[in-house]
Amino acid sequence: MNPEEIYKTLSDKFGGAILGYDTELAGDPNIQIAPTAIADVCQFLAETDTLAFDSLMCLSGIDLGVKEEDLSIVYHLYGMQHRHTVVLKTSVPKTDAHLPTVSHIWKTADWHEREAYDLYGILFEGHTDLRRILLPDDWEGYPLRKDYQEPDFYRGMRVPY
Amino acid sequence: MPEILSESFFPKINLQESSNWAKDFVQEVVIPRLPEAVAGHFSVELLAILVMLLCAGIFVAVVPLLPLVLVLAERKVAARFQNRTGPMRVGPWGTLQTLADGIKLIFKEDYIPPQGDKILFMLAPYVIFACSFAVFAAIPFGQNILVSDFNIGIFYIMAISSVIVMGVIMAGWSSNSKWSLLGSLRSAAQIVSYEIPLGLSILTIVMLVGSLSMSQIVASQAGGIFTWLIFRSPFTFLAFFIFFISAIAEVNRTPFDLPEAESEIVAGFHTEYSGMRFALFFIAEYANMFAVSAIAVTLFLGGYEGVLPGYDFLGGLPGFVLKTLGLVFLMMWLRWTLPRLRVDQLMNLCWKYFIPISFFNIFGTGIWGLIFETDDVWSIGISCAIIYIGLISAYAIAGRIFARKPEPQPSSA
Amino acid sequence: MESTQQTESKIIELKPFTDEMIVNMGPQHPSTHGVLRLELRLDGEIVREAIPHIGYLHRCFEKHSENLSYPQIIPFTDRMDYVAAMNQNWGFCLAVEKLLEADETKDFEVPERAEYLRVLICELNRIASHLLSFGTYGMDIGAFTPFLYAFRDRERLLLLFEKVCGARLTYNYIRIGGVSEIIPLEPGSIAEQNYLDEIEGFLDYFEPKIDDYNDLLTSNSIFSERTMGVAVMSEEMALSYGATGPNLRGSGVDWDLRRDEPYSIYDRFEYDIPVAKDIPELGAVLGDCWSRYKIRMDEMKESVKIVRQILAEGLPDGPVMADMKAVRPPKGEIYFRSEAPRGELGFYIVSDGTPKPVRVKGRSPCFSALSALQELSRGLMVADIIAIIGSIDIVMGEVDR
Repeated sequence: MNPEEIYKTLSDKFGGAILGYDTELAGDPNIQIAPTAIADVCQFLAETDTLAFDSLMCLSGIDLGVKEEDLSIVYHLYGMQHRHTVVLKTSVPKTDAHLPTVSHIWKTADWHEREAYDLYGILFEGHTDLRRILLPDDWEGYPLRKDYQEPDFYRGMRVPY
Repeated sequence: MPEILSESFFPKINLQESSNWAKDFVQEVVIPRLPEAVAGHFSVELLAILVMLLCAGIFVAVVPLLPLVLVLAERKVAARFQNRTGPMRVGPWGTLQTLADGIKLIFKEDYIPPQGDKILFMLAPYVIFACSFAVFAAIPFGQNILVSDFNIGIFYIMAISSVIVMGVIMAGWSSNSKWSLLGSLRSAAQIVSYEIPLGLSILTIVMLVGSLSMSQIVASQAGGIFTWLIFRSPFTFLAFFIFFISAIAEVNRTPFDLPEAESEIVAGFHTEYSGMRFALFFIAEYANMFAVSAIAVTLFLGGYEGVLPGYDFLGGLPGFVLKTLGLVFLMMWLRWTLPRLRVDQLMNLCWKYFIPISFFNIFGTGIWGLIFETDDVWSIGISCAIIYIGLISAYAIAGRIFARKPEPQPSSA
Repeated sequence: MESTQQTESKIIELKPFTDEMIVNMGPQHPSTHGVLRLELRLDGEIVREAIPHIGYLHRCFEKHSENLSYPQIIPFTDRMDYVAAMNQNWGFCLAVEKLLEADETKDFEVPERAEYLRVLICELNRIASHLLSFGTYGMDIGAFTPFLYAFRDRERLLLLFEKVCGARLTYNYIRIGGVSEIIPLEPGSIAEQNYLDEIEGFLDYFEPKIDDYNDLLTSNSIFSERTMGVAVMSEEMALSYGATGPNLRGSGVDWDLRRDEPYSIYDRFEYDIPVAKDIPELGAVLGDCWSRYKIRMDEMKESVKIVRQILAEGLPDGPVMADMKAVRPPKGEIYFRSEAPRGELGFYIVSDGTPKPVRVKGRSPCFSALSALQELSRGLMVADIIAIIGSIDIVMGEVDR
């Protein structure tokens, strides 16, 4: 199935939770989904036989700029059986970034979500082990946010040297 | 030939029958040569003690040089196996490399972990070192080159080499490091397990010879290569391999080097050691390696007795050392070729295969002893025939099992 | 009276079972392939749980990328998987090129000669990477000698790489729109012919060596005992954990991006994709450590095949760089994955039409594969952990980025 068909299937099934289908920009078209529905949509994509998206290639957070109010989370899915791909995108506000986890659907999402939490501060509800993964446990702030200010000191060591 | 090495200088003392060889030596060799005026002032006992100390001194001075040579040999052998040259810089062809390393180790800081048990930590290398060198006391290097010939020689060697495991556990426990503890416990389990097939293999020899004395075991192999104990019965032939493999496990070398498995538990029981204490472990390891090879040669390969009776080919001290070094080379060969076993596979090998085979060996040796009361041409001939047939059939069976199967082809695109 | 009560209570508290021991394996450990830290909960030799802690090599590649122009990012990709840096360069360049191609106002095409050079160099780099994996795996299992054999052969490959880009480890050779011209390889020149002859000489030397290594290590019975049937990763598990490349094929999934989503000129060559299967007569179970290891050994042969085809065809004439002024992709986003030696290397790039990307995410194959370690290692032994880490072939530079 191509992304457009998948978009149609999804909007038939979930209705209002599917916010749009973005083909304007260069590159991969993506389906925009409300953050609260993401786990259900993913569950549907993974478990429906005609879709069967059995692998999550990539899960990444995006911060488009200082002025933007939202953080985006992008899911790149692949179905090994039907050999088709789809890109899901959802946005959460920076001040209250939380959305349901998909780590129970694809186990690889476990570490990818921890990484997104570590670098963007996105809280994945229902994740069993949401700790920092790449940065030290006592790191403050989320470095990949565009408004991140480098700390002057880390444990008494000067950071910008 | 200098007089001191000639036969006439050393009257043959029957070692087996003399209860105190040093005393005999003093009475027969030293006293007659002393000036009359001096001779009266020394008691025979005092001179005997002096002679014994002198012999011990020679051993203490010479034996530690062995590891020095062996370490270099190991590095050179390893290099050859790996298409390298090995150490080449210090001395001609790198021959002084070990000496340089030794000097470096002496000057390094002797670090003692502050949280550890200091006394045990300091003591452990000495326990291991002392035990591995004490073993040499009972190994007959040549006709008269034997520090102490007691009637329970092989038993003494078994006993002393078992104490090494104490040193290993001491080192592992006192380091206060979890890797060291894991390594030492692995070592304890391994050495204690492999001592059983080792001891049982020795027992087959003792049953055939009827003595625990090392010199008597060698003396019984004086009739050339076919009287070597390895060929005397098919069971000793089997016992030799069990002995040798168990000995490799006893001295913790690949494929049984789990106690110091570098890629798993860093360096095992000597992880925390540095400087001279580490060097002592290192020297002890190589001394051990030489010792077990020497014991294997003494028990199975004729000791200092040659290939032909009356000829010195592969006999005497040079022959003995040559045979021993051959086995040491075999150990190095195995080390640089084989991967390491896992701990459960190691125990399986010992308890499920070696120990039953060893018991079978003892049973068989007993039957053999009943059938052939004395070792004559017949018994040795039959034994060699059985070994020959056994080897050929084993080769055929192994060939069938391990025949190269056609490689499974990858599924094509 | 009081004291007796206390002793009694102590006796009751004494548990009949031994305690668990918590051991930190790493970050400085001989066989964690870098600075991986594993928190092991041990019951004697048996591992109750192995919890990986990563991040000791974290450089925040992604934050760096947001402040650099596209060509400046390529050296950072070198540092991701430093064992197969050519493939990492290529993965990033492919993603950017895909984005450039989407721009309809400009005509952008990578020249033919550059494509051939890229495939040639990347397949050689794949061999080098698998050689290192083979050598270190032997060392993990306890055989030291294969390690030195592998490095001896890898050395010859590094010399070949040095001749085209001047570097031995971090090449920065493949650029956006072509390959580097720092050391020119004129079409049809003697230098080019010598270089290709040298590669051919290496292949003639190396191809029989693979069988030697199979004899030395793969079919060694101790090695098979240690790796066969250990840590079986089923097909579902491999897909769910996002294991890719040799790890996925080791679980029996017939999937290779070079064949199934052909990029560059991979559709012009003939080669097989090795896929593991049960080999009951040897004792190998589908998805065990041995299968994953064997896939790499077989893949080296396939890479040799591809390189031989290029050598037989010869490199085409023409430029090695696309004709373009500056790298300025259009507004948009792309996720592109390529088959690196360790699996699918994906780059997710968000561009806003400026020379600097808004977001670059590297989806590293090792990162996903390593997350399966916790489940794979449960109930095995300490020595098996080492066997697993070696068989999924991680490079910490890529895991931590």
